[in-house]
Amino acid sequence: MGDEFMKLVIAIIKPFKLEDVRDALVALGVQGMTASEVTGYGRQKGHTEIYRGAEYAVNFLPKIRIEVAVPSDRVAAVVDAIIASAKTGQIGDGKIFVTTIDQAVRIRTGETDVDAL
Amino acid sequence: MTRHSGRMACGIAATLSLIFGAAPALAQDAAAKIDGADTAWMISATALVLMMTIPGLALFYCGMVRKKNVLATMAQSVACTALCSLLWFAVGYSLSFTGDAPALGTFERLFLRGIGMEATSAFAPTIPELVYVVYQMAFAIFTVALIAGAIADRMRFSAFLWFVAGWLIFVYVPIAHWVWGGGFLAGIGVLDFAGGTVVHLNAGVAGLVAAYLLGKRHGYGTDNFAPHDLSLAVIGTGLLWVGWLGFNGGSALGANARAAFAITATHLAASTGALTWMFLEWWTRGKPSVLGLITGAIAGLGAITPASGFVLPWHGVVIGLIAGAICFWACTWLKLRIGYDDSLDVFGVHGIGGATGTLLTGVFAVAALSAGPDAPEGSPGLLEGNARQVLIQLYAVGAVLIWSGALTYVLLKAIDFLLPLRVSQQHEIEGLDLTQHGEALK
Repeated sequence: MGDEFMKLVIAIIKPFKLEDVRDALVALGVQGMTASEVTGYGRQKGHTEIYRGAEYAVNFLPKIRIEVAVPSDRVAAVVDAIIASAKTGQIGDGKIFVTTIDQAVRIRTGETDVDAL
Repeated sequence: MTRHSGRMACGIAATLSLIFGAAPALAQDAAAKIDGADTAWMISATALVLMMTIPGLALFYCGMVRKKNVLATMAQSVACTALCSLLWFAVGYSLSFTGDAPALGTFERLFLRGIGMEATSAFAPTIPELVYVVYQMAFAIFTVALIAGAIADRMRFSAFLWFVAGWLIFVYVPIAHWVWGGGFLAGIGVLDFAGGTVVHLNAGVAGLVAAYLLGKRHGYGTDNFAPHDLSLAVIGTGLLWVGWLGFNGGSALGANARAAFAITATHLAASTGALTWMFLEWWTRGKPSVLGLITGAIAGLGAITPASGFVLPWHGVVIGLIAGAICFWACTWLKLRIGYDDSLDVFGVHGIGGATGTLLTGVFAVAALSAGPDAPEGSPGLLEGNARQVLIQLYAVGAVLIWSGALTYVLLKAIDFLLPLRVSQQHEIEGLDLTQHGEALK
């Protein structure tokens, strides 16, 4: 199990960049991904909303969190592709985290690890 | 609605019927003749006004509250509609629109008794009396439902129902009689075409008193009270705006040129109010908000209401401009300075807008629009040399302000004696949808 041959790439991106990122990863041959609507903040902090003169600070901004499981030797290419496709150069572009996967199983067939990706 | 015409005739007929024991159905004006066109328009206008509360106001208000209070806010509009309708049928109409006593009507039409196929009201002699009953019912419903915006997010539903019933009977009914039902304000010549005093100022003042008595929402000034879905409020505004053509146009009580003047001034005031608020907000806050646009439109609509059948189209533009600016000031500065928590600005928009419009009616009224067979002189305003009209309007504003404010205070104190007006703080935090109604949006 493990031996660090599978990696999970987690990227927090701007919502409107999801399609660009998906296209870039499909072009790389990535087979699948999971996307979730999340809220959070980093250096961008939040913003202020004004309703009839009442100001509210909104600390958590909407973001998309995508998760992609890949063989370790593909990690660099996947990370580069996400950076290239999700970058606007503005504050709030998001972050990428890479972590090790201990085990993977395809539920339908029972295939495991790299075969399951 | 200057419906003094035939008031005396109605009073005399009612007196005679009492003396000679005649059936109430015979108390109608013998000369009245039901007109098909007038009836068709008034049935349509009735539907438009009812649509303003359900779903207009329900959507307008529910879009501005937080997600946990959406259903509770809608429930207030729907329950108010149902409860006020039955009370209007039972006593409201009779006490508002029969007799010519200065303070209150009579029990002549209790449970709508004595209204036959030929019956008409002295105030609307060309349509069946029942159309007038239901048209006025829709006004009563809307006025009471307006107040709910001031107490949104925190009032106990059972206490709200008691308040609705009491307020309709003790506040709305007398004031409707004073201004439209031949009472003392009608007697001195107050001009209120469709409800600047009866509807908007009345509800606005009640909202202010209720917001003050209930206290601020938990977390006021610290928590985020941002509207959960302004798109619902925009849809609600659209229904209100369109419905308002029936509200003001229908107050001509017939399919006629006066209704045409009323809807024109109404629409222009709404448009001007929306643009005024939008530009003021753009200028002072940096962005033209959607909430600002729709609030400005409602401010314009509330302010033109008393004037609509008395003024020319360009007066509607001026009234919309003034109302948009004053209500913007009231909601974004005055409210924060005084510090009351009128959740959805019932006072800032309807109270201030209604009072402003009522006074401006005294300024702009054009005699030619209100001149008719019963009143060949018409009702001129300040611009036509009748400065006294502004004082009469001011007197009406004062009378409604005092009665509505005082009675709302007493009524809420009385209810508070029986059961708490507010939900518990824990329930307020959990949300009224779940704690009051056992339901929630997903």
